[in-house]
Amino acid sequence: MPFPILSVIIFTPIITGLLILIIPGDRKTEIRVTALAASFLALALSTWVYFSYNTDVGGYQFVEKYDWFPPFGISYHMGVDGMSTPLMVLTGIVMFTGVLISWGIDDRPREFFAFLFILASGVFGVFASLDLFGLIFFYEIAVFPMYLLIAIWGWKVTREYAAMKLTLYLFIGSVIALVGILAMYFASGMGTFNMLELEAANFSPEFQKFWFPLVFFGFAVLGGIFPFHNWSPDGHVAAPTAVSMFHAGVLMKLGAFAALRVGIMLLPEGAQFHLPWIIILTLINVVYGAFIAMVQSDFKYVIGFSSVSHMGLVLMGFATLNGDGMLGAGVQMFSHGIMTALFFAVVGVIYDRAHTREIPKLGGFARLMPIVAAAFVIGGMVSMGMPGFSGFVAEFPIFMGLWRYQPWIAIVASISIVITASYIVRVIGRVFFGKMPEEFVGHFGDATVLDKVALVFLSAILIVVGVYPTIMVTMVESGVENIMRLLGGA
Amino acid sequence: MDFILDYLLTLILFTPVLVAVIVVMLPGGEVKLLRWVAFLGSLIPLALSIILWVNFNPDQAGFQFQEQYVWYQPINSSYHVGVDGISLTMVMLTTFLTPLAILASYTIKDRVKAYMFFFLMLEMGMLGVFLSLDLLVFFVFWELGLVPMYFLINQWGSETGERELWGRKIKARTYASFKFMIYTMAGSLGLLLAIQLIGVVAGTFDMLILFEEIGNVQGTLMGFPVSTVKTVAFWAFVIAFAIKVPIWPFHTWLPDAHTEAPTAGSMILAGVLLKLGAYGFLRLVLPLYPAESKYYAGVLAFLATMAIIFGALASYGQKDFKRLVAYSSVNHMGFVILGIAAAAFAINSDNATLALEGAVLQMFNHGLSAAGMFFLVGVIYERTHTRDLNEYGGLFPLIPVYGGILIFVSMASLGLPTMGGFISEFLVVRGAWPVFTLFTTLSMIGLFFTGAYILKGIKQVLHGPLNERWKGHLSEINVREAFIITPLMVLSLLIGIWPSILLDVINRAVMMFYSLYS
Repeated sequence: MPFPILSVIIFTPIITGLLILIIPGDRKTEIRVTALAASFLALALSTWVYFSYNTDVGGYQFVEKYDWFPPFGISYHMGVDGMSTPLMVLTGIVMFTGVLISWGIDDRPREFFAFLFILASGVFGVFASLDLFGLIFFYEIAVFPMYLLIAIWGWKVTREYAAMKLTLYLFIGSVIALVGILAMYFASGMGTFNMLELEAANFSPEFQKFWFPLVFFGFAVLGGIFPFHNWSPDGHVAAPTAVSMFHAGVLMKLGAFAALRVGIMLLPEGAQFHLPWIIILTLINVVYGAFIAMVQSDFKYVIGFSSVSHMGLVLMGFATLNGDGMLGAGVQMFSHGIMTALFFAVVGVIYDRAHTREIPKLGGFARLMPIVAAAFVIGGMVSMGMPGFSGFVAEFPIFMGLWRYQPWIAIVASISIVITASYIVRVIGRVFFGKMPEEFVGHFGDATVLDKVALVFLSAILIVVGVYPTIMVTMVESGVENIMRLLGGA
Repeated sequence: MDFILDYLLTLILFTPVLVAVIVVMLPGGEVKLLRWVAFLGSLIPLALSIILWVNFNPDQAGFQFQEQYVWYQPINSSYHVGVDGISLTMVMLTTFLTPLAILASYTIKDRVKAYMFFFLMLEMGMLGVFLSLDLLVFFVFWELGLVPMYFLINQWGSETGERELWGRKIKARTYASFKFMIYTMAGSLGLLLAIQLIGVVAGTFDMLILFEEIGNVQGTLMGFPVSTVKTVAFWAFVIAFAIKVPIWPFHTWLPDAHTEAPTAGSMILAGVLLKLGAYGFLRLVLPLYPAESKYYAGVLAFLATMAIIFGALASYGQKDFKRLVAYSSVNHMGFVILGIAAAAFAINSDNATLALEGAVLQMFNHGLSAAGMFFLVGVIYERTHTRDLNEYGGLFPLIPVYGGILIFVSMASLGLPTMGGFISEFLVVRGAWPVFTLFTTLSMIGLFFTGAYILKGIKQVLHGPLNERWKGHLSEINVREAFIITPLMVLSLLIGIWPSILLDVINRAVMMFYSLYS
């Protein structure tokens, strides 16, 4: 039997999380070191998977399959393809940097890391699942700890409201998706939850047209699709830094990824029927999200709404239903994950010191913490799709896909690039340059070494992918080929 | 040596990045060390491009020193670089001006490390544009050059001055850099969309393939006739490049950006960055859209004439010395565009050849003279802390050497015979005259005002009654500054007297350029 590397990746966090709970709560250093070690292991293993995935062969690799509930056709079935492998690495990266950034959490770090790691296991599980039951199982594991993490460690002003709103939104979405999954299970008549078998189920067009919107929107809520997006900025803002990083960096990809895997890949005819109008919604995401981000005065809300705008691009790439769009969307999921994790890390670093996120009250941080400023500028470049950074590599094919599909959407969506540039430039100018307010001067120093390590690490990835896209695009393309085959080469 | 020759262009392109990384690694407090590392480092690309110049074979058709590697395989874009006579000239200009500009930045005292880093990255961005033979890679470098320039203006620009933006008072340099950024980004948006469209239609971004195949696209695209789509794409390209040149009426970002930028920033901005736009016309617009270029050449010539006339008039009306020089760029770059427009209209004729040669030579010459002028403005500004022309007056006796140099460089800018500017403007006018007689005539009137504003600048600074407050407070130009300005003066004079050193290379490139139109 080959080494079950995917299972090790998936269960390392949750087992560590449970082990951490055994450590006495006042031994905070031990707790943190354990968390860091486990997250590093998950990162190292997922990186290993990434570089040993054979893109020439393509398809699902590192497959593991064991019976789980055989009577219902449920199995523990794991495997990764070109679409999900980058997301595994993304999760590893965000987890690792998230632990570094949350080093300073002093209020019950034991429970914090435990919940965070349970969440991480769920995320890994969803990305690797090839079984519908397993997918929804891990999906719920990923969503639930979010409630506690926000409600307990969040921003005191809105945490209860935001946690409740987020959880309700996501649960309703996942319940609807679950109904759709059950419908597929029964309609296929194959008595299996195996996605690879269900791909060949040939559901009738009527069935697909009816169930596709439910499944797609059920998951896409977590991807932040308009008009179901407004849980997300509230959630981001209320969450503590590491959770925001996880939430925007990885969890939103979970929604988009599941919408792709279950919605588009299993119900391709439904997708072809419905996506032409859904793409309009994603267009609203992209443009409206950017405009809303522009008028925010809270630093964290700016980033929160920018996520809505950028996730719109991911869903828009899917909705083009052509290879270019899918490719771009795949890269954008990774790129946006890293970028937004970096953004929230920066916001966290600044908030921890200034205790305010009001942009007009901030200023002059570049001199105090040059590395943090440089990291934010790099993230900003990615965000505005500046060539040479990963955002460009991702957005360019999405726009090419739009040209193939509907040229006017490409033109309208491109407005968001200028809007994004203007709010990013504004935030950079106001927060990092200009004059530091009197009451801050001399009250705090540079970011900690761990913060810097995390930020430099994230920035470096954004540049590497942007300068040398081959490192990622061949991988994603091999995943896209499989999707295009299911869509009938459309 | 073989290694250097095999990877020459890549080495030229990325040594600035290497130097920039080294600069970042050095301790921030060692200001002198940082300056010298940046300066000596920037001499490496210059040395390499001299090797390139020597080894370049002007008689060989097509692009030389080509390198091609996989970059973005799924959308068929590759890292493909190469030079012909036109890009070679521009590469020389860039690698020549950058060390001088870095030398001129020795007066920067604040965050020298970051400053030098941005400066070297800027050099890479500009070189990348001139060297790329892949449309997407071209765009990458095109946009990338924006970022360092933005920060150079925004962080190291002039300390004084306030402007109002959306009802809020902000620093003039913040205003100028924001305007520069948004203006150019909005301009390149159309370029980006058009490049995407080309990628979708042609399935490749390789310029050499595109030049050959773009004419073969027939039928309808997305429900529109190909000609309509091409016209729209043509204008998207033209507007993006026109903003960068800048052509009237897209020039309004330029005086602000120039005025607020630090001296070295202005030198590069006027010396090289403006050439990127004109280079875009030559490298992309004419070969990709020959029919559209010919059809709309009249419009371009009209705009160029407006730029020449209004640029000169606006320049004459300035009270700020730096703004005066800034508007003179609009005026001079107008001749480049006039030459390009004439060539586009009368392609493959002798007139076109002359006009095109003139345009390329004018790009080079303006690079020298504009960089020189901005530098001299910087020199006097550092001593007087004012740029107001009315505050100077009668400075010649106080600083005779500076005065002599200023007159010399002004004459180069004016296009006095024996200076490079004369040759290139003459060629443009000679080539454009039979093609667009009316516009060329009007441009000649513009040229008259060029003389007027140059003389006005000289008079206000050097002649007239001495402004007593400068007596004893003004020091003569120092060795470092003389060392910066001398090469510019020598080269200007050299090209004016013996233009064929450059014209030979340019001429061959222009002839080969036509073979693309077969």
